Amino acid sequence: MKEKEKEVFRILEKDARTKPEQIAGMTGLPLAQVEKTIKKAEQERVILKYKTLINWEKLGEETVWALIEVRVSPQRDVGFDAVAERIYRFPQVRSMYLVSGTYDLSVVVTGKTMQEVAGFVAQKLAPLESIQGTVTHFLLKRYKEDGEILEGEEQTRRQPLIL
Amino acid sequence: MFVHPSSKSGVSRKRTSERVNRISPSGIRKFFDLISSMDGVISLGVGEPDFVTPWHIREAAIYSLEKGYTMYTSNLGLPELRQELSHYLTRRYQVTYKPDSELLVTTGVSEGLDLALRAIVDPGDEVIIPDPCYVAYSPCIVLAGGVPVPVSTTSDDGFCLQAGAVEAKITGRTRAILLGYPANPTGAVMPREELARLADVARDHDLLVISDEIYDRLVYGVEHTCVASLPGMKERTVLLSGFSKAYAMTGWRVGYAAAPQPILAAMTKIHQYTMLCSPIMAQKAALEALRAGEADVSAMLYDYNQRRQLMVKGFNNIGLTCFEPKGAFYAFPSIRSTGMTSEVFAETLLTEEKVAVVPGSVFGKSGEGHIRCCYATSTKDIEEALNKIARFVSHRRE
Repeated sequence: MKEKEKEVFRILEKDARTKPEQIAGMTGLPLAQVEKTIKKAEQERVILKYKTLINWEKLGEETVWALIEVRVSPQRDVGFDAVAERIYRFPQVRSMYLVSGTYDLSVVVTGKTMQEVAGFVAQKLAPLESIQGTVTHFLLKRYKEDGEILEGEEQTRRQPLIL
Repeated sequence: MFVHPSSKSGVSRKRTSERVNRISPSGIRKFFDLISSMDGVISLGVGEPDFVTPWHIREAAIYSLEKGYTMYTSNLGLPELRQELSHYLTRRYQVTYKPDSELLVTTGVSEGLDLALRAIVDPGDEVIIPDPCYVAYSPCIVLAGGVPVPVSTTSDDGFCLQAGAVEAKITGRTRAILLGYPANPTGAVMPREELARLADVARDHDLLVISDEIYDRLVYGVEHTCVASLPGMKERTVLLSGFSKAYAMTGWRVGYAAAPQPILAAMTKIHQYTMLCSPIMAQKAALEALRAGEADVSAMLYDYNQRRQLMVKGFNNIGLTCFEPKGAFYAFPSIRSTGMTSEVFAETLLTEEKVAVVPGSVFGKSGEGHIRCCYATSTKDIEEALNKIARFVSHRRE
């Protein structure tokens, strides 16, 4: 049963607009059970939210994205978590990860202009206690987002009738 | 001036052979032209995956081109590919073929089928085929000089060839049984017990079995049984399969034949004079598919299964009774309740609703009363097509 429930989430992850009726058809589960599974997952925050992937660049809307490497000295008892929380609570932070390697936190920050992002790093992020240093990489071009290739996605070019 | 003898009399000499003239042209041509002339058609009439070949497989072929692999290979195919195929068949079906004498890389099952038939059929020999079945079986038998003997199957027997019905058609001229399971167009999968009964018939009457298992990896919730893996069958079976359906590699034209040495040698003789070898880049791609393509097969299967359930349920809801296909990527619903022939149904549906399906009659007499619908199509298109078919059918019933 667990596997079937996961199938419901996989379908929704691919397309959040798939209707419960369709999911029931695709999984062979009764409609009521699909609805119950989704509702429960929403309540338990297994489903965090339903979002839409938009290619804003196509609309001429330019958002500046930056990937910031942050080196942090871990603190007694709380490790990286306390400083991480100080950082991720800023709304400018879109995503954030603790990573292995030459730095500790990988922070994705967005802003309207480079100055805005730079200002955030200089005034909010870098001065935080226990931060040893930051390296800011501005994003120049987006090729693939969340598994979707933004331009030149392949199409199947099948003959209309093949026996 | 040279005058051709027949043109003297004004009667133009026939330019094509009797053998070819005996094959009826594909009844679907006219239909194909009609679809091609229309815009916005949703086609459930295709017979191939809607996935592009996985990138790592394409990348392996590109790399091989960069490295200069542009020559012929051994007639039998790349040794490393045959070695890998041998391991694969042992792993999957516990049947072992020698890479240097029992395996041949072909340009798809299409070539393998032609080779197998030409290698074993003498003029007038009969070959038993299930009806309905893939469109090429009958013409290929005729081209090889043989006589196709269709044995009817229906949804009542799960479109599985019944041992008793086969036995009733056996004559002194019967040479082989040609099987194609999981089946195009029905999606039927032959359960092991039923296959074992057919194997008994083959052994009792000393018949060969040509088994087209191109859809072997596309089964849902059931196991595919490889004919050659049944006791005593390897020595009388020509196993045909390939990469087209499981790895979404239809355009590469690469498959394989596995058979006992004398038969494989006979097939290789024809292959070396007519095809030489499968394209080397396709063979390189096939090697990558075998070595690292399992995850891709599973992922595609997972998607097909969702669409399969969606389509079968959809047809049953519309009232077009649909046998549950356990393999391949086709649904084969009955359209008898509409009172139309499958050909009229398909043509009217196309012109009125712009949905293309394949009339079941194309696949044999017993296919009449059904349409073949491919669910290797996006869920969006499947749903839209089902809505249109529902509207079409309800108009007919008013």
